[in-house]
Amino acid sequence: MKIRLEKSLAQNKTSQIVVPVVAVFLALLFCGVFLAVTGRDPFEVYQAMFAGALGSEYGISETIVKMIPLALCGLGIAVAFRMQIWNIGAEGQFYMGACWATWVPLTFPNLPFLVMLPFMIFMAALGGGLWGLLAGWFKTKWQVSETITTLMMNYIAILWVSYLVYGSWRDPKGLNFPLTAPFPDAALIPTFGALRVHYGIFAVLLLAVIFWLFFKGSKWGYETLVIGSNPVAARYAGIDIRKNVLLVMFISGAISGFAGMVEVSGIVGRLQPGISPGYGYTAISVAWLARLHPIAIVIVAFLFAIIHVGGFMIQTMGIPSAAATMLQGAILFFVVGSEILTQYEIKFSNKEEVQDE
Amino acid sequence: MSETLIISILAASITAGTPILFAALGELIAERSGIMNLGVDGMMLVGAVTGFMITVNTGNPWLGVGTALVAGGLLALIHAYLTVTLRANQVVSGLALTLFGSGLSDYLGKAYVGMRAEHTFGKLAIPGLSDLPIIGPVVFKQDVLVYISYVLVAATAFYLYKTRAGLFLRALGENPAAVDSVGVNVFRLRYVYIIIGGALAGLGGAYLSLAYAPCWLENMTAGRGWIAVALVIFAIWDPWRALAGSYLFGGVDALGFHLQVIGLPVSIFILNMLPYIFTILVLILVLIRKGGRLASPQALGVPYDREER
Amino acid sequence: MEVTPLIRMRNIVKKFPGVVANDQVNLDLYAGQIHALLGENGSGKSTLMSILSGLYRPTEGTIEIQGEEKRINSPSDALANGIGMVHQHFKLIESFTVAENIALSQTSGSVLISEEEIVEEITRLGEKYGLLVDPRAYVWQLSVGEKQRVEILRMLYNDSKVLILDEPTAVLTPQETRELFSNLRNMADNGCAVVFISHKLNEVEELADQITVLRNGRVTGSIGRSEINQTRLIEMMIGRDIITAYEKSEPSDKEPVLVIDNISALNDMNTLGLDGITFKVRAGEIYGIAGVSGNGQRELAEVLAGLRHTLSGSVKFYGEEVVGLSPKEIIGRGISYVPEDRLVMGLVPKLNSCDNVILKEYNSEKFSKGHFLKRDAAIAETQRIVREFDVKMGSIFQPVKMMSGGNLQKLLLGREIASKPKLMIVLYPVRGLDIGAIESVHKLLLQMKENNTAIILVSEELEEIAKLADRVGVIFSGKILGEFPVKEMDTEKIGALMAGIVENGGAKA
Repeated sequence: MKIRLEKSLAQNKTSQIVVPVVAVFLALLFCGVFLAVTGRDPFEVYQAMFAGALGSEYGISETIVKMIPLALCGLGIAVAFRMQIWNIGAEGQFYMGACWATWVPLTFPNLPFLVMLPFMIFMAALGGGLWGLLAGWFKTKWQVSETITTLMMNYIAILWVSYLVYGSWRDPKGLNFPLTAPFPDAALIPTFGALRVHYGIFAVLLLAVIFWLFFKGSKWGYETLVIGSNPVAARYAGIDIRKNVLLVMFISGAISGFAGMVEVSGIVGRLQPGISPGYGYTAISVAWLARLHPIAIVIVAFLFAIIHVGGFMIQTMGIPSAAATMLQGAILFFVVGSEILTQYEIKFSNKEEVQDE
Repeated sequence: MSETLIISILAASITAGTPILFAALGELIAERSGIMNLGVDGMMLVGAVTGFMITVNTGNPWLGVGTALVAGGLLALIHAYLTVTLRANQVVSGLALTLFGSGLSDYLGKAYVGMRAEHTFGKLAIPGLSDLPIIGPVVFKQDVLVYISYVLVAATAFYLYKTRAGLFLRALGENPAAVDSVGVNVFRLRYVYIIIGGALAGLGGAYLSLAYAPCWLENMTAGRGWIAVALVIFAIWDPWRALAGSYLFGGVDALGFHLQVIGLPVSIFILNMLPYIFTILVLILVLIRKGGRLASPQALGVPYDREER
Repeated sequence: MEVTPLIRMRNIVKKFPGVVANDQVNLDLYAGQIHALLGENGSGKSTLMSILSGLYRPTEGTIEIQGEEKRINSPSDALANGIGMVHQHFKLIESFTVAENIALSQTSGSVLISEEEIVEEITRLGEKYGLLVDPRAYVWQLSVGEKQRVEILRMLYNDSKVLILDEPTAVLTPQETRELFSNLRNMADNGCAVVFISHKLNEVEELADQITVLRNGRVTGSIGRSEINQTRLIEMMIGRDIITAYEKSEPSDKEPVLVIDNISALNDMNTLGLDGITFKVRAGEIYGIAGVSGNGQRELAEVLAGLRHTLSGSVKFYGEEVVGLSPKEIIGRGISYVPEDRLVMGLVPKLNSCDNVILKEYNSEKFSKGHFLKRDAAIAETQRIVREFDVKMGSIFQPVKMMSGGNLQKLLLGREIASKPKLMIVLYPVRGLDIGAIESVHKLLLQMKENNTAIILVSEELEEIAKLADRVGVIFSGKILGEFPVKEMDTEKIGALMAGIVENGGAKA
C-alpha cells in the first residue's frame, strides 16, 4: 500500500482553524518533551507560564504591552504576505518608524500633545513606509528578491538607529549612555493609570478591524488577493501588478513603522538601541499562524505575548525564559508543517502502477 | 599605520570571518540544491552551545566540534522534512527554526554562561609558511579550524565544478525536473545537502564558542547567521567568493574594533552597514547586467512537485 | 535498410480517463530510415512516442527492441535502451554550458568530470553529423536552432539509435529547418532510426522515407516514399467525413469592425509566432480560425487582448487602433478574451465564483462604489449567471477549482457574455467537455452572434467551425493561409491548408 500526497480540491474552513490549533498542541507536546528530558515537569511549567501572564493585573498588563507591537507588525506583514510579497523587513521598518517619530520631539520639543502625537504618527508611518517602498521599488524595477533586500535593510536600519543614538542624538545629560533625551510628556502615549498598558491598544483594535474590512470588501483588497492567488489571471484582468507591489510594500512598512512609534512613545519614552527584541521577526510567526486574518492576528499576538511574558515570569522557577522562545519557534514550524494538510490530501492507494499523468 | 597593525587587522579579519564562512558554505550548498535555509542563525547557536557543553564536560574540543555538526544537522533535518517532503514555505520554516534554535540554545546553555572551557582551539602556526612576510602571520598563524575552513572552501569548489555529483548538485537548484528525468532522486539529494548545510552552520557556531570567543553567551551569533545568508548572495553562490566575502565582513568587524582604538572619525555603525548595502548593490548589479536573469539557482525557493511536471 | 526492425511497437493501447489516446497501434522503425508520424492534435502521435521514450506506460501492447521484448519504465530507461526524444519544450539548463548539459544525462561514470573529454566528444559528434555547436557556450546564449542541436547531441552522446523529434520545425527558421533536415538525413545514413512527428505535409513529404498517419488514436495508413500522394495523406489525416451543411445567413455587406493588418509577434520561445497575419471580422459574424494548435492561435489572442507585444502591424477595432493598449483598456473597449487555460488565466482557482465573476469588472459601477465592492451585486450577478447558463456547482462560495471542466467553461463564458462585449475571441471552447456541455456552449456562442457581437472562434474541430462559423480562415505558421465562407468549406481544401499546402487558385493566401 502506498501513501501519496495529492493536491486536494477541498479547502474547508474548519481545517483552517483546527489545523493551527492542533499545531499549537503538538508544539506544546514537543517542547514538553524537551522540558521533561531536562528534568522539569512540563505541566508545572506551562501552568506557571499561564498564571504568570494572566494571573495578575501586572501580568495581564504586561501581556497586552507585548501584544501591541506584535499585533501591529503582524498586520503590516499580513498586508504584504497576502500578495505573496515576502516582506521580512518588519523589524527594520519598525526601527525606521521609531527613528522618524523620535525626530519630532527632538526637533520640536515644545509642540502641544494634540500636534505632537499625530505628527509623530505621521512621520513614523512615512519613515517605515518609505523603507518598505524602497525594497518594493527594487523588486519592480530589477526583480530583486524582496526577501533578501528587506532582510539586509533590517540590519541597516538597526545600525542607523545605533548610529544616531550613539552620536548626534545622544542625550547630553544621559551620562554617556546611548539614549536620546526622554520624550516630553506631549510625546508620550497615555497609559491606563499606573499600568504600562497604553492607548496603543486602541490602535491595534482599530487597525485590525479596518484591515479586515478592507481585505474582505474593498477593491484594493480584491486586487491584492487576485495577484497573490494567480498573477497570470491578474494580468489578464488588467490589474496593475506593479502599482500594487509598491503600494503594498509602503503600507506594510508604514504599519510596522507605526508600531515602532507606538513602542517608543508608549513604553520606552525615548529612542535607544534594542527597542525591539525581535518583534518584527516574531510577528512573521504571528501573521503566519493567524493565516493572515487580521482579527486572528490580534488573537495570536495575544497568545505569543502570553508565552513571552509567561516565559519571563517562570524565571523565578529557575527555568530560562528561553523556553518561551523555543515554544514560539516550535509552534511555528508545526504550523508550517501542518499546512500541507490543508492543501493536500493523504491518499492511500493499492495500485502497483505509478500514475503517469 | 604600522605593519603590525595591518597584520593584526588582517589576521583578525580571517578569525572573525571564519564562523561566517562555515555557515555561508553550508548555506551555499543548501541553496545550490534549491532550498533556502533561513534557519542558519539558529543552527549556529545550537552548534555553539552543544559544542561548548560537550567540550566542557569531556575536555575534548573535537568532540565538541562533532556534536556541533550533529546538532546543526539535526535542526536542518527538520527544515528538510518541512520543505522537501511537506513542501512548506521555505522562508517561514527557516525563520521558525531560527526562533526555535535560539530558544533551545539559550535554554540548554543557561548553566554554562560565562564558563571558560579548559581546552579550546588556540593558534597554531604552520612551520615555514608562517614566516612569510605579511601573508605568513595572517594566513598561517590561525587555529586548526581556520585551516580546515581553507580546505573546505577548496573542496567545495572542486566538488561543485569538477565532479559529476557537483554537476548534479548545481542542476538540482536550476531545474530539478531535468535531474529527476535522468532517474536521480531529487528529494533524497536535497535532504543530504540541507543537512550538510546545517552541520556546517553548527560548525560555524562551534567556532565562535570554541575558538573565537571562546565561551558561551546567549545569542552569541549576534546575527552572523543572517550575514551568512546575505553573503551567499553577495558571493553569487560561489565558494571562493564566499571566502573573500566572509573575510570582508570579518574585516569590517575587526576594523571597527581597531579603529576605535585609533580613534578614526568613521562611525563603527556606518562601517557595519557597508556589507549589507554592498549585498543589495551587488544583487542589483548582477540583475541589471544579466538583463533580468539572475545568477541564482533558478529553482531556489520553489518546492519540487513531481505532479506538476 | 535492415530486415528486422529496430523497434517494433505492437498493438499499443493507451487509455487516459475518458479517452483512448492510442488504439491498437502498430509501428515499425528501421535503422537508416526517417519515419514521419503525421496527424492532427489529439491524433495520438505524441502519446505514442511518449510511450516509446518512457514518459508513459502503455495500457496494453508490447515494445520490441532489436527483436527482444522490453519494458520501458522511465525516460532514463529509454535512454539506456538507445531511445531518445527531443520535445517541443527543451529540457536544458540555461545557465549551464552545452557540455555540462550533456554531461548531466549520464548518472554513472567517473567521479570527476573531464570537461576536455566531453568537449572532444561533442566536437567529434558535431562534425560527424553536422550539428555544430560550441560545447563551451552557455545555453542561454544559443539560438533556438542551436539549442535543439544540443538536445540532439545529447542523445547521440548517449549512443541513441532511435531519435524521436516532436514537431521540431515549429521553432525554427526556414534556414534552420533545412539544416535540420540534412542533419537528420545524415543520422539516418549513419544507422539511426529517426522519428519525426509533424502535421506539416510538405516537410514530411520532403524528408520522410516512411509516413504513418494517425487519426483519433488509430493508424489510418502507412505508406512509403514512393507512394506519396497528397490527397490520400490529407484524407488519412483528416478523414473523409462529410461536413454537415448548416444553415448560414448570407454574407453581410457590413463594414468589418475588426481589421487585423500584417501583425507580427514573437512567441514564448522568441521566434516568430505571428508572421504578418491579416484578416477582418464583421459585427454579428463568427469568424472561425481552423488549424493545428501551435500555429499562432494563442499569440494572436494575446495580441488582441493586450497581453503580448507586436513587432509590427496594426489592429483597428471600430476604426481605432488597439495595438499598444493595456489589457484594462482593451477590456474597456469591449473586447473579451476567453483563454484556453481556464484555470490558469481565465479564472482564479482558489477564489469562489463570485470573486471570479467580478474579475474583469470589479472596478465598474456595477460592482463597486468608491473604494468598496458591492458584494450583493456580485452575488446577484453570479446567481443570475449560474441560473441562465445552467452552471452546476456545490455553492457559489466554493473555490472554483472544485468545478468540473464543463461548468467552469460555462461560468467563464457566462461572465464574458454578461459583460456584453463587442468582440469575443474564444480559444478551443469545448476542449475537454462532454456532449451536453458542448451543446450548451455552442448555443451560447450563437446567442452572442444574435446580439451582434463579433466572434473569433479558434478551434481544432472542423465540425464545430462548420456548425458555428460564417467564414473560416486557416492559420498556419502564424499566417492565415486561406479564407473562405463556410458554405464552401470542404475537408480536402481545409486539410491541405492546415498541413501547410497552398493550392494555386482557389484558396486565397
